[in-house]
Amino acid sequence: MADVLTIRDLKVYLKVDAGTVKAVDGVSFRVPEGRTVALVGESGSGKSVISQTIMGILPKIARIESGEILFADPRTPGTDVDITRLDPDSAQMRDIRGARISVIFQEPMIALSPVHTIGNQIEEALVLHRNLGAAERREATVDMLRLVGFNNPARAVHAYPFELSGGLRQRALVAMALSCHPALLIADEPTTALDVTIQAQILQLIQRLQAQLNMAVLIITHDLGIVANLADEVVVLYRGRVMESGTVEDVFTNPGHAYLKALLRAVPRFDMAPGERLTPIREIKVDGGHLMAAREAIPEAVPGGPPLLAVRHLTKGFGSRIAGVFGDKLGHGPRAVDDVSFEIGIGECLGLVGESGCGKTTTAKMILRSLTPDSGEIVFDDRGTPRDVLALRGADLFAYRRQVQFVFQDPFGSLNPRMSVFDIISEPLIIHGIGDEEERFARARELMTRVGLDVRYLRRYPHSFSGGERQRIGIARALALSPRLLICDEPVSALDVSVQAQVLNLLRDLKSTFGLTYLFISHNLAVVHYIANRIAVMCAGRLVEVADRDALFENPRHPYTKALLAAVPHPDLARKLDFAALMEGKASDPDAWPAAFKRGPDGPGLIDVGSGHLVRARATADAAELRA
Amino acid sequence: MLKYTFRRILIMIPTLLVISFVTFAIIKLPPGDFLSNRIAELQSQGDKAALEKAAFLSHQYGLDRPFIEQYATWVGLWPTEEGFSGLLQGDWGWSFEYDLPVKEVVGDRLLLTFVLNFFTILFTFAIAFPIGIYAAARQYSLGDYSLTLLGYIGLAAPNFLLALVLMYFANVQFGMSIGGIMEPKYLGQPWSWDKAMSVLQHLWIPVLVIGTSGTAGMIRRLRANLLDELQKQYVVTARAKGLPPFKLLMKYPLRMSLNPFIADIGNLLPSVVSGSAIVSVVLSLQTVGPMLLDALQSQDQYLAGSFLMFLSLLTVVGVFISDLLLAALDPRIRLSGGATK
Repeated sequence: MADVLTIRDLKVYLKVDAGTVKAVDGVSFRVPEGRTVALVGESGSGKSVISQTIMGILPKIARIESGEILFADPRTPGTDVDITRLDPDSAQMRDIRGARISVIFQEPMIALSPVHTIGNQIEEALVLHRNLGAAERREATVDMLRLVGFNNPARAVHAYPFELSGGLRQRALVAMALSCHPALLIADEPTTALDVTIQAQILQLIQRLQAQLNMAVLIITHDLGIVANLADEVVVLYRGRVMESGTVEDVFTNPGHAYLKALLRAVPRFDMAPGERLTPIREIKVDGGHLMAAREAIPEAVPGGPPLLAVRHLTKGFGSRIAGVFGDKLGHGPRAVDDVSFEIGIGECLGLVGESGCGKTTTAKMILRSLTPDSGEIVFDDRGTPRDVLALRGADLFAYRRQVQFVFQDPFGSLNPRMSVFDIISEPLIIHGIGDEEERFARARELMTRVGLDVRYLRRYPHSFSGGERQRIGIARALALSPRLLICDEPVSALDVSVQAQVLNLLRDLKSTFGLTYLFISHNLAVVHYIANRIAVMCAGRLVEVADRDALFENPRHPYTKALLAAVPHPDLARKLDFAALMEGKASDPDAWPAAFKRGPDGPGLIDVGSGHLVRARATADAAELRA
Repeated sequence: MLKYTFRRILIMIPTLLVISFVTFAIIKLPPGDFLSNRIAELQSQGDKAALEKAAFLSHQYGLDRPFIEQYATWVGLWPTEEGFSGLLQGDWGWSFEYDLPVKEVVGDRLLLTFVLNFFTILFTFAIAFPIGIYAAARQYSLGDYSLTLLGYIGLAAPNFLLALVLMYFANVQFGMSIGGIMEPKYLGQPWSWDKAMSVLQHLWIPVLVIGTSGTAGMIRRLRANLLDELQKQYVVTARAKGLPPFKLLMKYPLRMSLNPFIADIGNLLPSVVSGSAIVSVVLSLQTVGPMLLDALQSQDQYLAGSFLMFLSLLTVVGVFISDLLLAALDPRIRLSGGATK
């Protein structure tokens, strides 16, 4: 089989203030016709620079140092072009770009122009590369949108990107990239920003279209699960060099290079032994301190005692504005959180799982009292005294805030760039009037060692840290007040796999050292599996299943939970994605569930199917239905 | 959209009422008024006839009545002895200083001001956009640097100085008098074809002088906006489609960076009018600026009030127009206006 793309000894250097960065340092690989090659590596490994070089859209600071990229278009055999020799703005390169080689980007939310309809943006590629009349163009666009799974493509043509969900935008981008039937599709982290169920749909879509259009795919990813499911060949990159390459079978069954082995060990898997630890690629050294450990006796979990936090029938609706002639009125929108009840025992880690927009973060914000629920009750056990969180006022609320702290998703946005690390970590202490300057400094030092950072970094500012280090600073800040409950809202979803393992291990260690209780919010089931004892699955504002970790993963009852589990790509060739189990993307639509689970005037409520395993189903549903 | 337009027009009514009240209150804020100052002056001189006239006017315009009544009379919501007669009825009041109805004093000034500012804004946009786009597309090139330098000079040089320099050179080099907004012989004459042409001939100097700093500022902002937009992911997407650079620039980043400029149209009017007051004095233009300044100094309340209301009306209408344009241009504003998070 002929190779569509052959890269030989490619070197791309970036000129930055501090000197030259060898972003791609002698990389060679090929992409055969009609096959899928995965380019794997963590951020900074040069994956994206390679894709930009192939497309001829390198930023100004980048320079192709040497090497060649041969593109052999199967439609016109015998006319190989070396892309590195073409001027990126030349007509010849523009004819290749977007027509014969096209690309899908990572961020569907920002990769489309917000002020042009998607039909306009897709048609643009046709205008540029295919000689069609206006009516034919429109028809081809509608066909393409139908092909990528828009239900009503004739109407979708007129939609603006902000009217579509992330998954639909990514589909529109796929349609745009494929509208000219390219010989090679580059998918640069095409699903990283998407929910797991949507991710599976997009992967399925790419696979299906690849077969239909017989194109080669170069998929760039850090997710080994996607590699195992999609790729024929794998190229592993580390710091601009190829560490290992070969067929997917070779690479997975017999990983040769230490880096790939390390990468495989750093990713949480469902089949990990109880107590097994992830091995981060770069281990961080954590020193035990004495100040905090001495101050805080680890609270004993009393079996049968009251839970640390009990949430009962929590409901919150966000009104949508209805425009009237004289100002806007608040209308009644769908409920973001609908009758949510759960308990978190002392020392427990409850994982809250669900796709974006299902109400996870809203629930967390209500526990923090930064949003007020419409109805419901939250009870916090303050060392034996139950406190009605929603009724707390003034000094009581202030005291409650010390006990419940928050770790944010975005390590870049959650640290004030104008405050030094010391200011950031000691701010909670100042707010709550704890200690004098000296004591706060001692505490900040200890917190830094606790999260594995050098105490000398206290004087630095956030911009000089990587994402993982920033997230550790955020954790240190949350721990400064010695809280009892830590709410972690997607703390690792913005981090690289290698760093993710560091932070997860850190959270696990801190939990056992300080006897912390976690509410761990995530859309990544493998991460939740690694850290949580009990898991609550949320869909469209409601809890649909609550169970102990093992019970949930081994014996999921609710169709939504099953779909979620089925959508996770495993880094394991023996367990490929079962696309049929995805319910064609309808898993998160309550109306598509079987009758026993459907929403109706009668609930359904949560029923116990044994040993605390709760499922939202009708009591009349028989055991067979629940098992099916 | 129709509903929105209708609502916006309705909202303009209370807005203008509030503005008129604030305007009137501010004009009345300093102690005394034109007539009482005048009366004091006349009393010291003992001119009987003038005193009587002053007393008559004072009564006629209700200067002896409480503030709120005066305000309502001026707007036309309170009857005088001859019935309602205020702004709403088209009576702009009496200029004490000129001893004429405000309408006659103002004459063509409002129209000339409007024409001058309209062309100034047009000039600003017409010059700033091509240069700004060029500077952004060729960042750090020789052209970018030279235009940037020119822009800074334009920003830094005071307008009136530029006016003086131009006048001086026109006079010394070409023996031309470029002051005024038309040939002196047409002043106070009814509008004719020749008069209009004369205005157009004289217009370019004040347009150039008043527009320079605005143009320079707009070039800088447009360049910065465009450079921001050029970093965005959707630009990369469009490049990856194979779009040629110039077409790409015009279709995506330019369109995206337009919003602040359109939103500015409403604010541009008053800032141009107040910014051009000194230039108008220097060039002796028959526009609103210099006369407004005089009227405020001499507390000629109805004259000043009329000018201020005219400017407010321009602003309110300008903001309304820019809002409609924004909604027409940006689907995010048009389609998601009704929803909140």
